[in-house]
Amino acid sequence: MSTRLAKQGRLIDRSKPVEFTFNGTRMSGYEGDTLASALLANDQMMMGRSFKYHRPRGVVASGAEEPNALVGLGNGDRFEPNQRATTTELFGGLSAQSQNHWPSLEFNVGAINTHLSRFLPAGFYYKMFMYPRAFWKHVYEPFIRMSAGLGKAPDPELKDADTYEHFYFFADVLVVGGGVAGLQAAKVAASSGAKVLLLEQTAHWGGRAPVDGGTIDGMQPEAWIEQTLAELAAMDNVTLRDRCMGSGVYDHGYALGYERLTDHSPGNGGPRHRLWRIRAKQIVTATGAIERPLSFAGNDVPGVMLAGAMRDYVVNWGVTPGQRVVIVTNNDDAYRTAITLHQAGVDVVCVLDARPMGGGALMEEVRELGIRVEPGRAIAKVTGGKRVAKVAICAQDGEGGAQEEIAADAVAMSGGWSPVVHLWSHCGGKLNWDDAQAHFRPDASRPPLGADGADFVVAAGSANGEFALGATLSDAAAAGVAAAKAAGFDGAKPTVAVGLDADEVAMQPIWLMPAKADIKLRMKTWLDYQNDVKVSDVQLAAREGYESVEHTKRYTTLGMATDQGKLSNINGLAVLADTLGAKIPQVGTTTFRPPYTPISMGAIGGEARGDVFQPIRKTPMHDWHDANGADWEPVGHWRRAYAFVRSNETVEQAVAREVTNTRENLGLLDASTLGKLVVKGPDAGRFMDMMYTNMMSTLKVGKCRYGLMCSENGFLIDDGVVARIDDDTWLCHTTTGGAERIHGHMEEWLQTEWWDWKVYVANVTEQLAQIAVVGPNARKVLEKLGGMDVSKEALPFMEWRDGKLGEFDCRGYRISFSGELSYEIAVPASQGMAFWTALMEAGKEFGVMPYGTECLHILRAEKGFIMIGDESDGTVIPQDLGLHWALSKKKEDFLGKRAHLRSHMADPDRWQLVGLETVCGSVLPDGAYAVGNGSNANGQRNVIGRVTSTYHSPTLGKGIAMGLVHHGRKRMNDVIEFPGVDGTIYKAKIVDQVFYDKEGEKQNV
Amino acid sequence: MSDPVSALNGASFSGIASVDESGLAGMITLRGDLASPKLQAAVTSATGATMPEPGKVALSVDGGLCWMSPDELLVLVHYAEVEAKLAEINAGLAGEHALAVNVSDARAVFQVSGDGAREVLGKLCPVDLSAQAFVPGQFRRTRMAQVAAAFWLDQDGSFHIVCFRSVADYMFCLLSTAAQSQSEVGVY
Repeated sequence: MSTRLAKQGRLIDRSKPVEFTFNGTRMSGYEGDTLASALLANDQMMMGRSFKYHRPRGVVASGAEEPNALVGLGNGDRFEPNQRATTTELFGGLSAQSQNHWPSLEFNVGAINTHLSRFLPAGFYYKMFMYPRAFWKHVYEPFIRMSAGLGKAPDPELKDADTYEHFYFFADVLVVGGGVAGLQAAKVAASSGAKVLLLEQTAHWGGRAPVDGGTIDGMQPEAWIEQTLAELAAMDNVTLRDRCMGSGVYDHGYALGYERLTDHSPGNGGPRHRLWRIRAKQIVTATGAIERPLSFAGNDVPGVMLAGAMRDYVVNWGVTPGQRVVIVTNNDDAYRTAITLHQAGVDVVCVLDARPMGGGALMEEVRELGIRVEPGRAIAKVTGGKRVAKVAICAQDGEGGAQEEIAADAVAMSGGWSPVVHLWSHCGGKLNWDDAQAHFRPDASRPPLGADGADFVVAAGSANGEFALGATLSDAAAAGVAAAKAAGFDGAKPTVAVGLDADEVAMQPIWLMPAKADIKLRMKTWLDYQNDVKVSDVQLAAREGYESVEHTKRYTTLGMATDQGKLSNINGLAVLADTLGAKIPQVGTTTFRPPYTPISMGAIGGEARGDVFQPIRKTPMHDWHDANGADWEPVGHWRRAYAFVRSNETVEQAVAREVTNTRENLGLLDASTLGKLVVKGPDAGRFMDMMYTNMMSTLKVGKCRYGLMCSENGFLIDDGVVARIDDDTWLCHTTTGGAERIHGHMEEWLQTEWWDWKVYVANVTEQLAQIAVVGPNARKVLEKLGGMDVSKEALPFMEWRDGKLGEFDCRGYRISFSGELSYEIAVPASQGMAFWTALMEAGKEFGVMPYGTECLHILRAEKGFIMIGDESDGTVIPQDLGLHWALSKKKEDFLGKRAHLRSHMADPDRWQLVGLETVCGSVLPDGAYAVGNGSNANGQRNVIGRVTSTYHSPTLGKGIAMGLVHHGRKRMNDVIEFPGVDGTIYKAKIVDQVFYDKEGEKQNV
Repeated sequence: MSDPVSALNGASFSGIASVDESGLAGMITLRGDLASPKLQAAVTSATGATMPEPGKVALSVDGGLCWMSPDELLVLVHYAEVEAKLAEINAGLAGEHALAVNVSDARAVFQVSGDGAREVLGKLCPVDLSAQAFVPGQFRRTRMAQVAAAFWLDQDGSFHIVCFRSVADYMFCLLSTAAQSQSEVGVY
């Protein structure tokens, strides 16, 4: 059984017990425990079930690399799936549930899959579920979703109770990893005066050194760590962050740090996670190394664990995973586990060393402790259901014939160590295969390169393949010097701490145990615990022709689980290389991509949730609209009132009321969102003539002109009314969505093509609140406010004047997008609300009502006015819309002019804008296509047109629409057919697009 | 003239820093040749401030000049005097190619002050806000979360943030969120 030891446990505080629950069972641990160590202390070895076969799984590691011990953590609005028990700090009231079990962890229906495993080989899903096609959606996928999958998604109806944030930080040198290498590198780099940021993913500094032993500068590692940490903390140019994982390295020295602020004390206030967005001149990756499992049959039975992890549990948390432990290794390091267990009073049954000659000094030390050591031996098979029961021993160089069976309840395995090269590799750092240590390590001659072509990442310590304590420290000191120097700080003091630990003899790569294991054993030999990929699966993939490691990965799903193959990748590609008869470096690795371990979606989103999920642009009258029934619609980031809905009506009824009232009495529209760009300079006239298709340079001061803008490819991009302010100043109105875009468009041409033209542009959209005063009573209400002369004679149609209305300084435009008598009045934004209120007050006797954007649309559609984004969609040119009159023939050039000469642009077969009326007066569906005779090459009916705008017109009492139709202008009064998605065929007559007041008498009064 | 009202009417929040809407400020966007003696004379005399270096703000008792780009200044004046100052600047620029417009109402202004001020801004903009890197008198155009913003740091350690009026509400919520209590980063 796994249990708490009487002694040891340097990270726990035995005076502070902590209560928690696992699958509803109350358990107890200590402050400083991880969830994994606390579960082990409660003899809960089995922590979950595997993804595909639902096999019982126990914890195998002690840190971020853990593939098995994933739990659903928390409840309700703090529930989160797939949390590693090994990196979850224990807190009072913690509640964890195991995953992928049904109906319970102990009794699991899905485990039947393990007996079917010979029918579920690599690529099974691809092979089995291809045909018949329709079965995927309705049969296979629902079945797979039931039986596979790890954590459950949180309740979609609940909102995460926590907040998150980002933080931008700038450093000369970023050191990732707070083990002894990271501390040494940071200390040396900081001695140069460089600004150093040091990140450690756990809550403790020093990494493995306190567990692995040796001495540093003659001290116990813990003492040196404490001393170095104190030195660093005292330096102004050093920032230390624990519980903060360096999760990714990106171009231009950008790196992400994932800080877990309250995961160890949820609900205690402040943000839960903080994502550090770091810019560093140089990055040192002191990210350590990860131990590899050995590939033998039954290596996934709960109780089989990495040797280094088992040592961690004893030393750090005072927990032993078993009472009778077998150790199996191909290197000297695992002997440290034997010593540690022995000293803790745990029975180490034997050490199986796959190397024929065994190990060096550490092996001798173990032998002297009286522990049985068996060189050249291996594990044939581990048996046991939910727990290791027996270990069968065989010769490594054999087929697995068992020579002896030993009763044991835990197995510690070590297949050697792999440097954590992830962060080195994220941005293109290359790796070399190290034959002696059997791992990939950073190639210092092929580092990640920055924008200037110089390297910006240095690997240090065991992350660089330097495992001996002395070598780790001197390598890290050199990395610190190099990083500081590259960041522009020459004066680093290379004070190298002297590390001493036991000499080790060479390890021997063991990729399959025993070397000639038969297929029965290989089918029980796991590579990827989380995705249930076995040695036999990778071998099958190789036999089926998968030679590329990237393809094999996807075919077998090796390394594709949430742990991204931290334990399995090297073992898997070694098996692949062996099966293919290739060398490991030829097969290569898969790509390392950030983040190093999964980070929360909340951290990525940062503060952007709730009120600040997205900026919402508000006009000065926004709050009034909101209080007066506005049914909002988004227009870019603006919110505009679609209609002002009264309590006794529907939105449709409100729109109809607003249309009728505006046509008969008086309507007010908040037009503040329309773009307003000032264009000024001696060359402004010539610039305006290039920007617009029509002539703007000849516009008289005081007058307005409607203009069109095309892209250089001739397509319509915006429209609006232009006013000539003075000799060298024009004011351009753009669409609401066009203000920033057209401003940028103008600046681009001025900065890149016509940089010598004397023109300045400024965006004054938000300086002004602009209100459209529309309807037969429009003039009356303005006259009632008093001030400037708004008579037909003093302010004729398509002119503007500056003046005063009531107490408001304003600019009045006599323009109309509705066909009614209409003014648009601009006042300073800070007086917009007051002016709106004044108009509403004064307008009472004239039947004033505010109206929204849908009413605006209907009013303009009744008049046949086009709308950018409805009648235009990026493929439409002014000629399509019958706007030839707005295309100047006098001008030598304008943007789009040459494009209009292209054959397709001048093609008489282009669809043309017409009005449409259904035969029965109903409303055409928006976006409907008109069909013609015959069908196209795909067997679809030929289309001859489409609806661009369609409304019910309250004024005319019927449906009206505009559309683009093939030869439309020649086909007046023809009836064409629009099949609707509801199965109805809508018949519509082609008519003139101006439905209302064709002569324009109403606006010109 | 009706009583002008700023976007949020002086809203405020207090957490690890204080966030206050500053109210209406007179602002003129001036585009022109910043090396021109005529332009320099016009703006320095209108504000009483000296010409700012690139990336800096120059403040006086009655106004200031913010360097926006190689051909743009943001001229700070008293709100009540903005039209008069605009006329004065335009008169000074007569015969010179330049564009000066009143943008006072297009803006909202916030002040962030207190011990956590640097960290509040550091959560929202990709700017090095350490005391060594960002000093009083510096002026920065950047983004704060999802909107454009500009800010300067005054001698008292307060930041003054300028953004578009339409997003004043967003900016206030954003600053308040970043200033929430117990969210000290602890680095500045």
